This record gives sequence, C-alpha cells and structure tokens, in this order.
Amino acid sequence: MTYELVVGIEIHAQLLTATKAFCRCPNRYGDPPNTLVCPVCLGLPGALPVLNEQVVRQAARLALALQAMIHPRSKFDRKNYFYPDLPKGYQISQYDEPFSTGGWLDVEAGGGTRRIRITRAHIEEDAGKSQHQTDGTTIVDMNRCGVPLMEIVTEPDFRTAEAAGAFVAAIRELLRHIDVCDGNMERGSLRCDVNISVRSAGSDRLNERTEIKNLNSIRAIERAIAVEAERQRTIYERGGTVHRETLLWDEAAEELRAMRRKEGSDDYRYFPEPDLVELVVTPDYLTNVKAALPALPWELRRKYREEFQLHEESVHVLAGDRAFGEYFDELLSRGVQPKIAANWLQGEIRRVLTDQAWTLAEFTLPPARLAELLLVVQADAISNSAAKSVFRTMLATGASAESIIAAEGYAQNADDAELRKLVAEMLAAHPDEVRRYRDGKRNLMGFFVGEAMKRCGNTANPKHLNKIVQDLLNAR
Amino acid sequence: MPSLLPSPEQLKANPDRLPDAVQRALDVARERADLRAFISLCDERARRSARHVRDRLLAGDAPPLAGWIIAVKDNIAVEGESLTCASRILDGYRARFTATAVERLEQAGAVVVGKTNLDEFAMGSSSENSAFGRVCHPLDPERVPGGSSGGSAVAVAAGIVHGALGSETGGSVRQPAAFCGVVGLKPTYGRVSRYGLVAFGSSLDQIGPFAASCAGVFDLLCSMAGRDRADSSSADVAPPTRGSGLRQPERPLRIGLPAEYFVEGLSPDIESTIRNVVEHLRRSGHSIVDVALPHTEYSIPVYYIIATAEASSNLARYDGVRYGLRSAEANDLAQLYEGTRGDGFGPEVKRRIMMGTFALSAGYFDAYYRKAQQVRRRITEDFASAFQHVDVLITPTTPTTAFRQGEKLNDPLAMYLSDIYTAPANLAGVPALSVPAGADGDGLPIGLQIIGPHFAEERILQLGAQIENLLSGAAA
Repeated sequence: MTYELVVGIEIHAQLLTATKAFCRCPNRYGDPPNTLVCPVCLGLPGALPVLNEQVVRQAARLALALQAMIHPRSKFDRKNYFYPDLPKGYQISQYDEPFSTGGWLDVEAGGGTRRIRITRAHIEEDAGKSQHQTDGTTIVDMNRCGVPLMEIVTEPDFRTAEAAGAFVAAIRELLRHIDVCDGNMERGSLRCDVNISVRSAGSDRLNERTEIKNLNSIRAIERAIAVEAERQRTIYERGGTVHRETLLWDEAAEELRAMRRKEGSDDYRYFPEPDLVELVVTPDYLTNVKAALPALPWELRRKYREEFQLHEESVHVLAGDRAFGEYFDELLSRGVQPKIAANWLQGEIRRVLTDQAWTLAEFTLPPARLAELLLVVQADAISNSAAKSVFRTMLATGASAESIIAAEGYAQNADDAELRKLVAEMLAAHPDEVRRYRDGKRNLMGFFVGEAMKRCGNTANPKHLNKIVQDLLNAR
Repeated sequence: MPSLLPSPEQLKANPDRLPDAVQRALDVARERADLRAFISLCDERARRSARHVRDRLLAGDAPPLAGWIIAVKDNIAVEGESLTCASRILDGYRARFTATAVERLEQAGAVVVGKTNLDEFAMGSSSENSAFGRVCHPLDPERVPGGSSGGSAVAVAAGIVHGALGSETGGSVRQPAAFCGVVGLKPTYGRVSRYGLVAFGSSLDQIGPFAASCAGVFDLLCSMAGRDRADSSSADVAPPTRGSGLRQPERPLRIGLPAEYFVEGLSPDIESTIRNVVEHLRRSGHSIVDVALPHTEYSIPVYYIIATAEASSNLARYDGVRYGLRSAEANDLAQLYEGTRGDGFGPEVKRRIMMGTFALSAGYFDAYYRKAQQVRRRITEDFASAFQHVDVLITPTTPTTAFRQGEKLNDPLAMYLSDIYTAPANLAGVPALSVPAGADGDGLPIGLQIIGPHFAEERILQLGAQIENLLSGAAA
C-alpha cells in the first residue's frame, strides 16, 4: 500500500509597519519588555482600537504579489479566548469576510514546478509573548501585542516535505523582496504551522489531519512533516485511526509532542468587531499600491535569463537581493550593458563587500560613480585589469574614474604617439621575429604584444597595442 | 431641586467665587454620603481645576463651560483618579488616561469634583448592583434612583453639582433622569466619543449628560460632541452650534405618539401626565399624530441578546493578569481566572456574561445573536419610517416611577422590563431625551421622553425647553 502525503500550510507574517495595527506604539523587536505598550494594546478599560492604514497597504501589497482577489469590502471580527498574553480576552481578526481569497505561488521542488493555491489571507493582531520560567511562574511581555499580522492559508496542495519547505522559502523571499515582512523565522516574524494527513495513493478523499506548531526553520518544517507522515503511515498500516490533534515540534529532540488539549478551546464565539468600521478598498487605492510595488522575484529572474542572457549566478545574486537589483538597474539606466554590470556586481563588488563586511547599502561607491568607470570599460578605452586598479583607487581615495585614469595614464587614446614610439623601438629590437612574422608566422603577434606590454607598462590595453603593432608592421 | 451652588452663569461672572463653590460641592458630597451618590471625590484635581479656570476667566478668556461644576460616572476614565465601575474587580485601579468627552469638558472650563456610583459595569436599572452600596433616591431613601447612572442623576437632583455625565446602553441616563426629576440625554450613537468609556455594549454605548434643564444639557453636549480619531465609531458630524444658547422650537412640529408605548403596564399617573403635556403642546401649535413602531415588543429580548453578547467579550479583559483584583488562591491559570472573576464580579454581571457567552456560542449564534441583529434592523426601520411622517416622538420614559429598593432585585426579568421604553432608541441609535413632566400621587417624578431622528439633538432639546417653559408657566 503506497501512501500519499497531503499537507497544507498556515503562515503568520508580521507586517513591516512603523506602528502597531490598532495603536501608535512602535512596531519593533528587541526593546525591553513591556515598554512598547499603551492603553489600547494593553486592553485597559475604556481603550478603543483604530486601524493603521499602513497595515492595509502592506496587506494589499502582499495579496497583489500572491495574485489574490482582494475583496472591496471585508470586516473585522473578535476571536474570543482567555490567555494571559491576550490582554483584551479576544484577538481582533477576520473570520468569514477576509481581506483576500485565492491566489497562488509557484514553487520549484523535486526538479519541477508546483503551483500552490492560496485559500485566503486575512489581517489580524499578534498577541504578547509568554515565557514559562523554571520555578513554575510565567512572565508575559506585551511588546508584541497588537503587532499587525497577515495570516496566509494554503490549500492542501503539498505532496512532499521538500515542496512545503520550498514554499515557505519562496514566500519568505517574496515578502522580504516587497518589504512586507522581514521573514525572520527564529525571531518569529514569520511563523508556520503545518496541517498534515496521509491517504492511499490515488484516493481523492482527505483523511483526518493533525496540526504541527512551533516550526522555526525550513529544515524543521521538512523534518517534522517527514516524522509525522511516518507516524500516520504506521498507524494506518496497523489498522488504527489518526485523531485530530495539535502537535508541537521539539527542535532539540527532533520529535513531536502532543499539546495538552485546553478545555473547550475551539469555540471562539466569533462576532463582528463593533469598534471598527467595515474595511473598504477601492480600485484607485489598489492601482496606487500596485504602482509602488517593485518587480517580483520571478519576473526579474525571467528578465535576467531571457532578455539579458545573464548566467545563473548573476541571476541568483541580482534577483535574490533587492539592493543588488536596484543597483543593477541604476547602472543600466546610465548606459552600462547588462552583462558588464552583472559581472562587476557579482564579481568585484561582492568581493569588496565581503572583504569589508559591508552591505550594499554601506558600499561607498554610488551607481553613478561606478557607471563612469564601466562605460570606459565598455568603450574598450581601458583594459579590464586597469579598470580593476582604477576601481580600487576610487574606493580608497574617492576620486572619480576620469581623474584617476588621466592621472595614472591608463587611458588608451591619450599618448598614442608615445606608445607608437615604444612599439617601434620594440620592433627594431627584434628584427628576426619581424622577418619571420612577415614570412607567415602570424602567431608571433602574441609575442610582439607581450613585448610591447613590457615596454609600455602592463596597464596598456593589449588590443590597442595589437593594433599599433599591426599598423607599424604593415607600414614597413 | 435645591440650589446649593451659585449657577454656572453666576460663577462665570464672578470667577473669584469658583474655588469656594467647588469646595462647597466637595463638602456637600461628603455631608450627603448617605445618598451614596459618589464613589470617590477628586479633591486635588477639582481644586487645581477651579483655580485654573478662575485664572483663565480673570485673564479675559471665556471658555464656554466656565462655572460648571460636574460629576462623572465611575465607568468613565479620568486620569489619575480611581476607576471602579462599581466593581471589586477593579480594586485599586486608577485610570491611565482621560476620556475624550471629559477632556473636552475640562478644556471648555468645567470642573470635575468626583466619580459617581452606578450599577456594576453599567448593568442594571436601579443602581443597587454596586460593590460600594446602593444609591438612594434623593426624595425617598427607601427608593431607587434608577440606573445604571443613578449616582450622576442623584448628584444633579440633590443640587451637589450643576451637571453630570452618565452612560447609556439601554436607558441608563434617561431612566434615572425620569426617576429623579432631572433632564437626561442619550445622544445619537457616534455623536460623543466612547474613548475612555468602559465598554459594556459597544454598538449601543454612549456617554450622556444630566443637568437641571434642557439648556444645560445642550451646553454640555456642544462641548463634548464631535468626531474623535481615537474612536472609530464616532461620527464625522460637527457638534450643534452653541450660538447664544438653546432656543425653543421655531416652527410647529409634527409630534408622533407610538401606540406601542401606551399599553398595559404603564402607570395611569404617568400616562395622564404625558397626555396632559401633549395636550399643552397641541394647544401651543404643534400637531399630534398617531404612529406605529410595530417591532417595539421585540426590543427587550433583542437588546438583552446583543448587549450581553458584546458585554461577555468586553469584560473578558478583567482577568487578574495586568490590573485590578487578582485572586489570592490562584495556583494555576484556571484558578486565576475563576477565582478573580468569581470573586470580582457581582451576580448581575455574572448573569449577563453567561447570557452573552451562550448567545454567541457555537450552535446558538445564528438563532440568537444573528437573529437579534436582524430584528434590530427592523426596529431601526420602524423609527426611520415614523420620522418620514413626524419630526419627533413623545412617549413615557418609564412604565412606573421610582420603585422600592429590593423590589425587583430577585426578579431580573421584571428589572429588565424597566428599559422597555428606553432600549429601542439605543438599538436604533437615535437621540432621546427625558424631561421632568410632573409627579405622581406620591410626589415621585415623572419623566417624558422625546425621541428624534439621527443627529436631531437640538430639535428634541428645543421641544424639551418648551415643555419646561409650559410646565413652569402652568405651575406659576
């Protein structure tokens, strides 16, 4: 009996906004506990929520990037339950009229592409953070309370643990690319729960599923799915039944533990949030939001591969990092050819960043300056090795490419007369070789150019010298 | 009504008398502790405020409410002052911010002297459900002043303050106004900010003013009303223009009398009083029209489903975790919640939380909550239809005058029926006013209710002012 794996994923992504979803507290990680709080997010008596427009904007960007259907009208609902890190005793969420439904994300796994369908995405607020101490007490930090979240739910479209891992990686990349979420799974700004069941291969009925929580990395997702799939397969093979339950992944032990079931935990008594009005999103608003979206990663990859014919490593570097992509666009906008721009970004610049431990934002050469240099390279007016030297000098001194080239004499068109004199001297010093060249030994050109380089300095452009040598040889 | 204080106009004209008047109010509040109208007094704040307003007046500034000495119901936040909601569960809690409505009144020159007693969490119609002892009727200590804003009504009726703030969810300003012989207004839903009002029934709650006259209530409303960005449910409607004060109606009005409000259960004294006033109005030029509000009989059940459902969620935050009472016997989370809420809440509050939780629970949501909201729309439509033919409605405010303490405590349903004439206006969100119309055979005050279309507070107050005039003229 072969079994098929059926997995669906629920992602909670913290949205990057200046302030929380319903109050003016900063939306920030790492501050001392209970310092980013106010009457609203603490649920003090008499406080009321007010929707932060940036939250709607970020939600719209996310939904657009997933090709989802954004509903012109949606509403907020209260999800009622008791827990110390939920100050109001309810979470403001969206139940039956969510922000968006539908959408998809294509995922590369197992050598092919799989289209994963998104069921829905809705806006809600995060709860505080509970820490269980060793002495049996629990401390709660409310800084995270009220941070805006987008909950994204997929259809049970995954058939392998690898695809599930690839999907989470792809969504993480997408959300980081459009600046909607920083995707930090260790800090919890991107959280992932997995719903998993198995069935006999070929069946289209869904069996009972379990839910796995506390997955803090892509690897954990893949491992946990594999472990649970095996557990369920074994149960079915023994003729047993899989029960609906929530399991926690224990990272250290690499095993699943049953979560203690809370009494009556599933009736959240959802009802429409009376303190907030209906959320209305107009076509004009969406047009405005869409216009401000950057090109999406797969759109960029296609352009780099097909239009610019860049090779894979460049595609990977440029599409994988928004800063690199933007720097690349800046170079192109100044007339630098894609391949040259890509080679330099992926080569020299990445090298410098690594050596200096800089991010591209800290890189001291703005695109305009580098473009000056690359255009000279492009025009063949300087050799590549000369260009690299100029580049290093630009970084060290901050001087412009033009001034360095002039000062160091790297320019190929200047001092032609001087070069011609040196080349003529060189040819005069090798009369035998000149005779053999004229008799047909054309490969001596390399020798002549090499000798000319020695006399003219290694920073001379070999192609240019080649031309001069030929000129002089033909003239005789 | 005894005049223990100079009027606001007198104090405005004689600023130096203001601090003494405020002190007098504080002294009388203490002398009349037998009424239990106040839970706490804000001596420091009041004295400081009095000096500040006096100084402003002496400097030539003329804030519109300078001279006003007011009390605030203890479910409305005043920063630094205790906020009990007449409940043990908020033991030791002091407000961390001031309600917008109070802030506006203080900025307009009003001085807050104390927090008044109420039914716990505004749940009740008699002000007997208080952890601080029941409030006494100013004319007969064995009778109730009505509720839940009993303390505020009594503070005005006893002449301790010029005006007071109460809150309405199902009649909690109008009903005590009627019982105590003062003017009480429920503004249109959204007219006055709810920020700082401890939430009971969020889609029904409104802060409402008490005063000795319609002109006084109008004055307070003009300063309090208007959009508040901290309350998403507040309406974007400008407050009425104060001008030179409340005028009387400028043209004859079509006054509707809904048949459903003049039925068995209404005290004969009240009915004859109301009809007598209506006759006066007819003779002074208004036309009287019979109207029907066919869904009136559903108001109480619809109100109690919606209000308790919202309350069950709004009161979930009182859990002993962050502020207020925490049960000493909490050895685990369940005990923390059960102990704190079991000890902290009174019986009526518990009753309503249970009702509301039930109405929202899985399997019952459609039959109760959803159905109630649908019927609520019908009730709202009843008013809208009526207002197409009439300008205002006149009804009794209550079916009986002030009842004896303890009379209805053991019969919750009988207690709930005290709201029968007031709750419909809360459900529809329309403004409604109670003005003193006379007294019954025992000398107990009778209230006449005027209901208007949305945002027609000025119109109903103008008619109220005319009634005051007619009755004082008739009495002269």
